[in-house]
Amino acid sequence: MKEFWRWVFIVLMTVAVMAPLLVQIVWSFAFRWHFPDLLPGEWGLNAWRYVFSDASRVGEALVNSMSIALVVSLLSIAVGLPAARALALDDFPGKGAIEWLLLIPILVPGVVTTMGIHIAFIRLRLADTYLGVVLIHLIPCIPYMILVMTSVFASYDTALEDTARTLGASAVRTFWHVTLPAIFPGLLVATLFTFLISWSQYVTTLLIGGGRIITLPMILFPFISGSNNATAAAISLIFVAPALLALVFTSHSLAKEPSILGGFGRM
Amino acid sequence: MRRREWLERLKIPLMLAPAFLVLIVLFSGGLVVGLGQSLGYMPVIGLNEFTLHHYADVLTNSNFLQSLWVTFYIAFTSTLLSTVIAIPCALVLRQAFKGSRFATFIFQVPIPIPHLVVAFGIVALVTQSGVMARVLASIGLLSEPGQFPVMVFDRAGVAIQMVYLWKEAPFIGLVVLAVLRSVGTEYEELAQTLGANRWQRFRYVLLPMIAPAILSTSIIVFAFVFASYEIPLLLGVRFPTTLPVWAFQLYQDPDLSLRPPAMAISVILTIISIMFLITYRRVARYAIK
Repeated sequence: MKEFWRWVFIVLMTVAVMAPLLVQIVWSFAFRWHFPDLLPGEWGLNAWRYVFSDASRVGEALVNSMSIALVVSLLSIAVGLPAARALALDDFPGKGAIEWLLLIPILVPGVVTTMGIHIAFIRLRLADTYLGVVLIHLIPCIPYMILVMTSVFASYDTALEDTARTLGASAVRTFWHVTLPAIFPGLLVATLFTFLISWSQYVTTLLIGGGRIITLPMILFPFISGSNNATAAAISLIFVAPALLALVFTSHSLAKEPSILGGFGRM
Repeated sequence: MRRREWLERLKIPLMLAPAFLVLIVLFSGGLVVGLGQSLGYMPVIGLNEFTLHHYADVLTNSNFLQSLWVTFYIAFTSTLLSTVIAIPCALVLRQAFKGSRFATFIFQVPIPIPHLVVAFGIVALVTQSGVMARVLASIGLLSEPGQFPVMVFDRAGVAIQMVYLWKEAPFIGLVVLAVLRSVGTEYEELAQTLGANRWQRFRYVLLPMIAPAILSTSIIVFAFVFASYEIPLLLGVRFPTTLPVWAFQLYQDPDLSLRPPAMAISVILTIISIMFLITYRRVARYAIK
């Protein structure tokens, strides 16, 4: 009996999770799909052809989304890694307050700050620029990187580093050959998810980019509640691809390390 | 030697400084400018005096309470539904059974998926001519799309809540699952030998252990949904709309004089969100005890 209910649970959950994703695959290859047909009456590649044409601007958006998310991830590592290490391995006055400050961008609604920053950016000539968009994405990304890496460093032993230094290895060499391999699995997960947080930003890019910096969510947005479902589905599938890829890489650590989930809402 | 000591002392501040410079400068800078504008300080269009009248205008606007209610209602029900579904899922997934690894993987799928993708998926399923209506039609339960209940652009915001439920329940569930796995089953077994029944084992053994995780994740979910803009704009009715959508629409208006009220709405939104979360935390802490 228990076995039976477990199967019911698995089937229900799989349908609930997969249905909103699978329906998009079908729609993207649909040419005619009228009510009440369960499957498209006519299949076609029109949506995909449009997506890959210059008119759709998907290519341009893809390059922008990719490069912004990459730069944001690298900057988040550069800025977040040392901070996470200090928070995890050192004790100092005001540590609790600093940890709390880091959580604020996760808890306080981004609307107020983004609008305020937009006004400041106009004056600094950062509005409508690539750099401005990168900076605004850093606000949700850096706290996330620090959050995950603090928990990675919390179980990290510095003894090996000390040995390497005593044996005469330089700081850079020690980091490259001792520290990095030890934290690499955690860092990879944190970087993938930081990438996805930036990749999924819509409002912040729209406001700070002012419509000049076109990213994938901005192309997708007007299609979602529009009438062209096939095109919406095709763009949406391109947009979701890196997320699915990340899932394959990280599913192993997701269930074990809850801190990885910290940035979920920003996607 | 003295130089080394200084370096040692500066090490921690130097490690923290880059992150804080970026975050504090950007975040608090935005906050200060935003607050200033909400108080009517906007030198660009010749407003140099501080005033509270934008707040008064917003608070006395007849749409305000309706918008606030919609915003709160969506955030509250989404959080509640996600939590209520997440806990049993976590309790089942904790057990080792045939297919449990597959089930855990499926449960993780929504975590990295962007909200916009989910929004489109849900729309394709639950509009009046969507897949669900088609399935019902194929088994003869309805004959035309109009017979299927309205779930998109509806006053109750059903599709909006479905999007959040799909995204947020696995988030809460996976955090709870991680806690459950780390505590093991010994306490429950002990309670069982002492004669505790299933409900008692859940209520007095498991619940106190997972309560902090439920509390913190539901706070994060509520704060996020309360302030989010995309999903209610895409799937909700135009009026009454949520506070973030209202604020953003005013802000994007070419008429710059609408910016101070937009910022005032955002600040009110933030204050209400924080106040609600503090109250909720207090009540929940008290209830746990």
